[in-house]
Amino acid sequence: MKHVICRNLTSKILSLGFIILLTVSTSLSAQEGDVAQGKSLFNANCAACHKLNKPMTGPALANVEQRLIEEEGLDREWINNWIRNSSALIKSGDTYANKIYNEWNQVAMNAFPQLSDQDITNILAYTAAPPPAPVVVDAGADVIVQEPGISNNLILGALAVLFALLALALILVKRTLNRFAEAKGIETVVEEKRTPIWKAFIQNQFLVLVTAIFFLLASGYFVYGYLMQVGINQGYEPVQPIHYSHRIHAGDNAIDCKYCHSSARVSKHSGIPALNICMNCHKAIGEVAAETQQEGIKEYGVDYNAEIQKLYEAVGWDGTGYTGETQPVKWIRIHNLPDFAYFNHSQHVSVAGIECQTCHGPVEEMEIMYQHSPLTMGWCINCHRETNVKVKDNGYYTKIHEQLSKKYGVEQLTAAQMGGLECGKCHY
Amino acid sequence: MSSNKKYWKSVEELNENSSIVETLQQNEFVEEIPTDEFLGDKESLESSSTSRRDFLKYVGFSTAAASLAACEGPVIKSIPYVVQPTEIIPGVANYYATTIANGYDFASILVKTREGRPIKIENNTDVVTNGTANARVNASILGLYDSLRVKSPMKSDTEISWSSFMSETSKKLSSLADGKEIVLLTQTIASPSTHKLIGEFTEKYGNVRHVVYDAVSESATLDAYQAKYGSRGMANYDFSKAKTIVSVGADFLGDWQGGGFDSGYAKGRIPDHGKMSRHIQFESNMSLTGANADERVPLKPSEQRLALAKLYSYVTGNSSGGANLPGAIDSAVKAAAKELSAAGSNGVVVTGIQDVNAQTVVLELNEYLNSKAFDSKTTIKTRQGNNKAVMQLVADMKAGKVGALITYGVNPMYTLPNASDFAEGLAKTDVSVAFSMKQDETSSNCQYIAAAPHFLESWGDVETKSGHYSMMQPTIRPLFDTKQFQEVLLAWNGNASSYRDYIKEVWTADILGGESFNNAVQNGYFIAESSSENSSQTVVDETIETPSTNAAVALASSAKGGDLELSLYTKVGMGDGQQANNPWLQEFPDPITRTTWDNYLTVSKSDADSMGLVNENVANGGLNGSYADITVNGVTISNVPVIVQPGQAKGSVGLSLGYGRTAGLKSEMQTGVNAYPLYQNFSTVQNVSISKVSGMHEFACVQLHNTLMGRGDIIKETTLEVFNTKDKKVWNKVPEVSLNHIETPVTSPEVDLWDEFDRSIGHHFNLSIDLNACTGCGACVIACHAENNVPVVGKTEMRRSRDMHWLRIDRYYSSEESFEGDNKKKDNISGLGSSLSEFGEMERPADNPQVAFQPVMCQHCNHAPCETVCPVAATAHGRQGQNHMAYNRCVGTRYCANNCPYKVRRFNWFLYNKNDEFDYYMNDDLGRMVLNPDVTVRSRGVMEKCSFCIQKTQKTILDAKRDGREIKDGEFQTACSAACGNSAMVFGDINDKDSQIATLKEDNRAYHLLEHVGTKPNVVYQTKVRNTAKA
Repeated sequence: MKHVICRNLTSKILSLGFIILLTVSTSLSAQEGDVAQGKSLFNANCAACHKLNKPMTGPALANVEQRLIEEEGLDREWINNWIRNSSALIKSGDTYANKIYNEWNQVAMNAFPQLSDQDITNILAYTAAPPPAPVVVDAGADVIVQEPGISNNLILGALAVLFALLALALILVKRTLNRFAEAKGIETVVEEKRTPIWKAFIQNQFLVLVTAIFFLLASGYFVYGYLMQVGINQGYEPVQPIHYSHRIHAGDNAIDCKYCHSSARVSKHSGIPALNICMNCHKAIGEVAAETQQEGIKEYGVDYNAEIQKLYEAVGWDGTGYTGETQPVKWIRIHNLPDFAYFNHSQHVSVAGIECQTCHGPVEEMEIMYQHSPLTMGWCINCHRETNVKVKDNGYYTKIHEQLSKKYGVEQLTAAQMGGLECGKCHY
Repeated sequence: MSSNKKYWKSVEELNENSSIVETLQQNEFVEEIPTDEFLGDKESLESSSTSRRDFLKYVGFSTAAASLAACEGPVIKSIPYVVQPTEIIPGVANYYATTIANGYDFASILVKTREGRPIKIENNTDVVTNGTANARVNASILGLYDSLRVKSPMKSDTEISWSSFMSETSKKLSSLADGKEIVLLTQTIASPSTHKLIGEFTEKYGNVRHVVYDAVSESATLDAYQAKYGSRGMANYDFSKAKTIVSVGADFLGDWQGGGFDSGYAKGRIPDHGKMSRHIQFESNMSLTGANADERVPLKPSEQRLALAKLYSYVTGNSSGGANLPGAIDSAVKAAAKELSAAGSNGVVVTGIQDVNAQTVVLELNEYLNSKAFDSKTTIKTRQGNNKAVMQLVADMKAGKVGALITYGVNPMYTLPNASDFAEGLAKTDVSVAFSMKQDETSSNCQYIAAAPHFLESWGDVETKSGHYSMMQPTIRPLFDTKQFQEVLLAWNGNASSYRDYIKEVWTADILGGESFNNAVQNGYFIAESSSENSSQTVVDETIETPSTNAAVALASSAKGGDLELSLYTKVGMGDGQQANNPWLQEFPDPITRTTWDNYLTVSKSDADSMGLVNENVANGGLNGSYADITVNGVTISNVPVIVQPGQAKGSVGLSLGYGRTAGLKSEMQTGVNAYPLYQNFSTVQNVSISKVSGMHEFACVQLHNTLMGRGDIIKETTLEVFNTKDKKVWNKVPEVSLNHIETPVTSPEVDLWDEFDRSIGHHFNLSIDLNACTGCGACVIACHAENNVPVVGKTEMRRSRDMHWLRIDRYYSSEESFEGDNKKKDNISGLGSSLSEFGEMERPADNPQVAFQPVMCQHCNHAPCETVCPVAATAHGRQGQNHMAYNRCVGTRYCANNCPYKVRRFNWFLYNKNDEFDYYMNDDLGRMVLNPDVTVRSRGVMEKCSFCIQKTQKTILDAKRDGREIKDGEFQTACSAACGNSAMVFGDINDKDSQIATLKEDNRAYHLLEHVGTKPNVVYQTKVRNTAKA
């Protein structure tokens, strides 16, 4: 993981440097624009509706200034006006402004009066910068990584051959010696025939008994162990209809779990997010970064962009608008509590303030979600015994905590002491 | 007084030598487990082709197969919304305020929805309009998920589309032959917007007649009110304001005049500063109201007329004439009149006699008394049917005068006494359209069925009382291709707006007076500031029956009865029968007879004896009854099962309406006999002749189930006089045991075998049940069903004592069995007539018993006997006072049920869901949508019982934890306490010293069931106080 991040970072720095170098060398005539700043401004203000090379809610913006100057004969002044208040420009009857407005379904662009001239210059500089060169995968590094594996095998193989040769040599030596002995007439000592060890074992009834008991106990142990894990689906990792990577969303992008699983705050269900939640971001994100795409294909055998397309198909998004043709996504449920066990997310998430990872494991590292915990009753109970109730600043607990902690003589009450082990709290 | 009284649940128990009662007392599970059937006898074993080896092979194979199958878990799919509606969070319930108005039941309700599915109906406690949700309203949610609903519009048994339905019907409606009219035959529509719509429809099509038809009519009441006050409606009564209530045949705790009077009644029944209301009931059938009365006088229906006329003359001093009443009854009427006169404006008189003169007499009496409880200004609008108009319509249809008949929410082919005339007329009608949810008796005979939505899928508005408006809003998208009556009317009128917009228009223009429409929808109700005043003028209207100028005299002279008089009534569970396909209601035990899945002829003991009609309990405790043929005016219903009803007036019999339906019902629900053919001329009282026929009917009656093993009296009751004058020790004594030869109360810790757990920290839940406020209505029973996924087991299983109700309402009869009572009675005998009847009465306690209702659920004993005997520790006690039941741990030994002194544990003898043997709502996907996702659906072989709605208490706690606040009193509720509109059940945390429950627990009236057993229950009962001492 770290390795990957480092590599991304170096390559980013390299490419950025490259870009800066390029811009410095090419944009001599234009005002000086800072591409790096332009990029961050672009991402903050424009990326919700515009992409560089692809039309989205608004038109593609690569080389927009150049295009406007050359094709439409418009100047920087016009661009500034458009960005700061496009609707005023449309109202003023400007021909090109109206043409654009009508071309894009009469959706007015947001006004950005807060952008200074320098900001706009920076953004335009970013749009004029050529796309970063696709990241060339450093093949050398991979070879190095793989080397020890190969050499180990080689050494092992060589050793095996060596041992085989040695064994062969020994057998040959013994045979030769025997032949010598025969030739010399030396009698080899013939061993007395003894009772074989297994017969002796059978004759010793005590040993048989002990062994039998041992085997019975051992098989009992294993059978019990096997039976007890029936119905426990720890590690259950079904193939989902859409390859959804928690690693990218919760890990790399650090999206809060409860952004998507919002009902965990108030409901017993954490809820599988409705597709409109996905579209909050994916309306703008139709493709992953090239390096992420590469990584997906290489390490997980998955085409992330194709997976995003699956989402678009389900939600009925044609790139610019909703078609209204939707189809539900049939996810496979991973965490299945039996019907007779009541569990409430909001009790644990909102009241107790427990991290999602406590039960669901390192979700931010999971490429595909799997069941991290056994979800057995013993597992629940153990946690209730060990976990203190979060009573601070909660008016509900003030009185009961004061009385109960006095009764039990403790500073901090565990969930068990609060009554969290009673049958009826979870089974009704 | 409590200690001297003898209580019994069934007439059988009065029989000294009954072996059945003995058996039932000895055995928790009456039905033997059919081991012979399972194991087989010697003969069948020998003849079997399965050898021992084969048997072992099968065992081995099935074990291996089962364990292999267990290794791989099923793949469970989880499908999220594509676009999640903002108001839906999976796992969190939403509540919507709406209104039920099905022509029979009207109530403002809250609907709990989960993931968009309505799953439970609750009371809208903000609304002060009459009535909380009764048992039928609570159960009505199941009608939404009825698998037999009409799924799209139909034309003579084939499904058609709405567009072709609309084009065909509008063409037909506008091209009717000249002179032929369009008739709208509807249920009571108390909806301002619908009335306006019908007006517009009339305007457009011209020759339109609107006939309102109530299956069970209150036409006489409406006629009397209209004749007296000028507008059609019913006077409103607030029984909480009455100190003396005299009812002549009015079952006002049941469905009398639309129902909904019980919460007001219950308020006056709780002794407050030594005072409570006094209730005298004159009636024939043992009704719910009679069961709650302080004094109940059984008399024949014809005598009721006379009694009311006499009451009028005794109170007002105007003679009414008429024959004389039997001595005992006459003195009772006199006494009642005296009490009424003494009470003055604190008194109120009501009657259920379906006679315009009788209703007029009551109106006059209440005006004479200037009764505070009587409100003639605010009219109740939940019954509007007109008998005369309906009869006229049937005649016109038969004469071929009707061009088009459009029915909405009525089923006249089933409910009309002259249904064959109606059928004949229907055949002569050119166009017939039925708006119906079912292919019922009427709609399947109409040309078109306009598939109607359930009320939970509809928009609507209701004016239940003048000035009190309720709003109906959909709580789910229509499940099927349905359109409501009003939507279609709009389309026929050529109005393109939706019905919701139409309501908004009407409300904004006429009702709201500038208030917000959205608020009204959110609240579910709106009360207009000034209710319309009625002009107090007498109108003569030809379309109604008018009372005589001297109503009392006319009433008295009309009191001519036969030898045997039949009173038709409606049961608390079934009402008029429109919800007959509802398994919850079918399995709901009638509060009085405790019989499920049936209607029956109720006969008094002496009449039964003289006619040779018998009731007997067979070995397993099941009740069998004779069959009888009953004939009214040449119409015979054959094979009506008979129940001998204590308290039934001699010379009268009762039969309930609403049963015996066959169309649009699952075969399991086709129970009972149809009594509507006897409802001739819309009169609930008929002269009848009865003949016994052979055979015995098998009832599914739970009255002898779950007896308390002969541990005896669990009801405590006293009279108001004793309650006011004597010490608590006299009437609510805590049982004592001897400790070192000193009598010590069982509640003191020294005599306890067990160490007390410390429950002073955290919550400690208690439930208080006030036997005075509980009318036995049973709303809690259905609410418990809905909340806790209690299965329906069916008639045969019910008969085998295998009912699954977590909450039962025990009904106890009692009589003055003590010597004191008898002596007192003997002393009071005056005159020969009286002595004959009263000595006779004393001989037979079952003739007019007192009744007490007692809801019993798991008592959540602090020292629970069930917990100590469970071999697998499946049932254990929680610190919050709840007795927990871990279903997954239970192995079904049933020891706990055997050891429970209250008999509240229920065993799942079978798998009741997804099982074709139990084809009720849990057997189809649609029906299972009503299940509460927070409560486990139990499987076979598991014990279950009331949990004190732990899912609800836990949710309340969690909400408070999330908000970081303490819990207020009243936040904790169980399904039953929330459903109880009479405030008889109060639930809460007794560690909250300021809470209502903490006060109630320490109340003088409070006691525990079987306190001497020492179980220390967390359910506390309030001693029943009867206001029997004469004022």
